[in-house]
Amino acid sequence: MSEPTAAVYPNRGIRTRGREESRTPGGKSGGRAQALALRGAVYAAAGFTFFILIFLIGYILVRGIPYLTPDLFSLEYTSDNCSMMPAIVTTLKMTGLSLLIAIPISVFTAVYLVEYAKRGNKIVELIRLTTETLSGIPSIVYGLFGLLFFVTQLGWGLSLAAGALTLSIMILPLIMRSTEEALIAVPDLFREASFGLGAGKLRTTFCIVLPSAMPGILAGIILAVGRVVGETAALMYTAGTATDAASGLLSSGRTLAVHMYCLSSEGLHTDQAYATAVVLLLIVLAMNTLSAVIARKLTKS
Amino acid sequence: MKKRQALEKGVAGLFFLCACVSIVAVLLICYFLFANGIPAMKEIGVFDFLFGTTWAPKNEPASFGILPMIVGSICVTLGAIVIGVPIGILTAAFLARFCPKPLHGLLEPMVQLMAGIPSIIYGFFGMVVLVPLLRNIPGCTGVSLLAAAVLLGIMILPTVINLSESAIRAVPESYYEGSLALGATHERSVFFAVLPAAKSGILAAIVLGIGRAIGETMAVIMVAGNQAVLPRGLLKGVRTMTANIVLEMGYATGIHREALIATGVVLFIFILMINLIFAVIKKKGERV
Repeated sequence: MSEPTAAVYPNRGIRTRGREESRTPGGKSGGRAQALALRGAVYAAAGFTFFILIFLIGYILVRGIPYLTPDLFSLEYTSDNCSMMPAIVTTLKMTGLSLLIAIPISVFTAVYLVEYAKRGNKIVELIRLTTETLSGIPSIVYGLFGLLFFVTQLGWGLSLAAGALTLSIMILPLIMRSTEEALIAVPDLFREASFGLGAGKLRTTFCIVLPSAMPGILAGIILAVGRVVGETAALMYTAGTATDAASGLLSSGRTLAVHMYCLSSEGLHTDQAYATAVVLLLIVLAMNTLSAVIARKLTKS
Repeated sequence: MKKRQALEKGVAGLFFLCACVSIVAVLLICYFLFANGIPAMKEIGVFDFLFGTTWAPKNEPASFGILPMIVGSICVTLGAIVIGVPIGILTAAFLARFCPKPLHGLLEPMVQLMAGIPSIIYGFFGMVVLVPLLRNIPGCTGVSLLAAAVLLGIMILPTVINLSESAIRAVPESYYEGSLALGATHERSVFFAVLPAAKSGILAAIVLGIGRAIGETMAVIMVAGNQAVLPRGLLKGVRTMTANIVLEMGYATGIHREALIATGVVLFIFILMINLIFAVIKKKGERV
């Protein structure tokens, strides 16, 4: 408890001093010094945050782009070229598969919570509690669970399917929350008008409410894509680290992020790791920009 | 008409079933972790497992004490909090109260972007920038507790900023205006009237940041050094619970593998406690 309070009142000492000084004639300048110090701290912190972000992106782009050779995108992986093409293909499959599982479940959950569930329902509270728990679980724990359940218990082995199912549980709360917010933002007027025209609950939900909530849902889905693309810890022991592109549901394959971890931990291919980082970073940048643009459009309209 | 009613009922049932998936998922995760981890803990001895200071799975006889990893995780998390929380809260104050509106439109997506950058990229950045930088400190090998703490401090920034900013924005404008009317400067009003009022939201942000930091895996592995011994100082290497799992799961068998799963159980219990604290703080904040 003591630490957070100290953080909330970072200038406790100054506070008492300021009070005493305000009683003396010199108080005005003391207040101004305090204001300047506080303002300086705020600007410095914000400057640090955004400097780090820009430095990180800039550093990786500048160092990595020169290593983006056509060799890195050849179709077959060999230990000479360290091609990331198989990893990209696996990443695409993994993303598609986990979205295919997660989108219907999470959107329907949100629809149930917003449109169907009665207020104060005990089950609703339980659902909210569990989704919040899910969003707090670290990816390595998901990885362990995937290893124990899908890989070992169900006997799928290290496979695309095991990885995708693990990830789809992981992104469930993400899509669900944004869908829920988007559904709540749809004015009740729409629903009432639809009911007034004789449409049933089902029709209202699918033809009126969901289409108007679409941008919000889409923004959530795109964020989920970013999460899947960047995930490593949950995939290493579920989808494995095979270098070839995963051909079927039960074959192992490494996604781009896992590929990058393998490259950088081996320590032999730092250049290629830089280049892979560039591709990964660009995908995540694109996803975030897209999501932000859609969300902005939503607030404008 | 009957058909339509049946359809409505059926679809409502389907929605309900989907909603129950998250409950089932949490139950499955708990069951499989505990069912696989608890027996190993019993076999090693709960006390020897939690408080043993030697992790030597390949020794004869093998020794599975995870105290070094527990302490490592806690140290790294504390370091991340010390670095990340003050900067995060001040940045949140900047975004909520000091920042001109056009700039805010630019910076807000940047915070989201920061949250979206994969941990493997943060880890790589730490490996190629932070670690060589720290090597300049005499007695530091680069990969160290300090490197992990700084990197994690940066990584929890977006979590802390996002939640603190919305907590600060949720404070009624009258607090700020009242303080101004009493003659306080803008800065003083923000720090001594608005921020204390946003206390519970900021506390929730810190707790969530702790959760992120303690569960972080890939970034920590790449900069922490991963020696399985009790932390001996800021400039020496540490191994966290998460790192322990990822590093050895690939080749572990038998009791060694189960001990790693049990490490995951301990981590999971830590996370559940943090989640609980978060939920309690949030509920308290809603009631006030």
